[in-house]
Amino acid sequence: MTSAQNGTTELARDDSENPHGAVTVDQLDLEAELAGDADAIATPETAEYVLWLADDALILAQQLSRWIAHAPEIEEDVALGNIALDLLGHARALLRYAGSASGRTEDDLAYFRNEPEFRCSWMVQQDNGDFAHTIIRQLVMATYMFALYTRLADSTDPALAAIAAKAVKEVEYHRDHAVQWTLRLAGGTDESRTRTQRALENLWPFVGELFRDDASIEPLIERGIAVRPSSLQEECEAIFTAVLAEEDLEVPQPQPSSAGGRHGSHFSALGFILAEMQVLARQHPGATW
Amino acid sequence: MTSPGSDNKDTWPLWEVFVRSNRGLSHVHAGSLHAPDAELALRNARDLYTRRSEGTSIWVVPADAITTSDPDSRGAFFESPAGKNYRHAIYYTASEGVPHL
Repeated sequence: MTSAQNGTTELARDDSENPHGAVTVDQLDLEAELAGDADAIATPETAEYVLWLADDALILAQQLSRWIAHAPEIEEDVALGNIALDLLGHARALLRYAGSASGRTEDDLAYFRNEPEFRCSWMVQQDNGDFAHTIIRQLVMATYMFALYTRLADSTDPALAAIAAKAVKEVEYHRDHAVQWTLRLAGGTDESRTRTQRALENLWPFVGELFRDDASIEPLIERGIAVRPSSLQEECEAIFTAVLAEEDLEVPQPQPSSAGGRHGSHFSALGFILAEMQVLARQHPGATW
Repeated sequence: MTSPGSDNKDTWPLWEVFVRSNRGLSHVHAGSLHAPDAELALRNARDLYTRRSEGTSIWVVPADAITTSDPDSRGAFFESPAGKNYRHAIYYTASEGVPHL
């Protein structure tokens, strides 16, 4: 011990420019912040499909971040905040790629598009509600995103495949978080079970839109770029059923959905969500801090 | 007996977190957190203590399960070896002619 301390002192004396002595830290190799090739240019058709994914992630991130400082415990603030940040990261990479088709930046797309130009599903537009409501919405979205990104990691579009490959590891954890909480809320007190049941009934009408096929992406599916939404349904429903059955809850009957999120016809809540998300960027264009 | 959560002042139990870093050999105490049960304590620990890929393994232990020494009796507990130099190996001289010492 003594000799080691002497050694450090000698080094410090030699290096008089540096008051901390010859202290080094391991080289930290930072990875690129956004997945996908920064120079890749999307075709207009691909960009339209990428907006489906980008806007789902962006709006869900915005919704979840409202829990910070309101979750049941500070640890859950952190957990939901981390999930929101992961989703924001996916949204940024996807928006950058979608914007490449029209020369727009991620900020142009996030802050300066109006409601009809958004392509998010109605599920992500549903209110946070109580904690059970948020957790059931997370169960649906994380299960859907995991199935989708798993398949998209093999997309013939290399930029989209790279973004999906990075995102899939993160949404797998989001799904685990939602499953753990669903089991605890459903099997907890009478109150938490009632609230879980109510969340299932309120949210299930919006599940159908996620798995509804859409003629507009058919050419992309044929070229192996996009994933057919209905092809994810069986896998996701098997997970919903297995999780809920563990606590003797039934998956509500699937309902046909007429929601038009993928074509810019939105639930009444989106306008308010966008107003809050966009107000700063629109009132002070170009502001930095 | 009331059910957990029926009282607003109810908080989750405390857990102590031990993380083994990428190069470390043993788990080192990283801090503590609240969680309703062990499975969620592990997940909270992952969110709170391994965000910058610090760890390869996490242990969580209920804080109740840890028995600590009493800080007030430090003298009696830790200082009695003072002066008992024969407890250290260097106190002894090696005998001449004994190999492998």
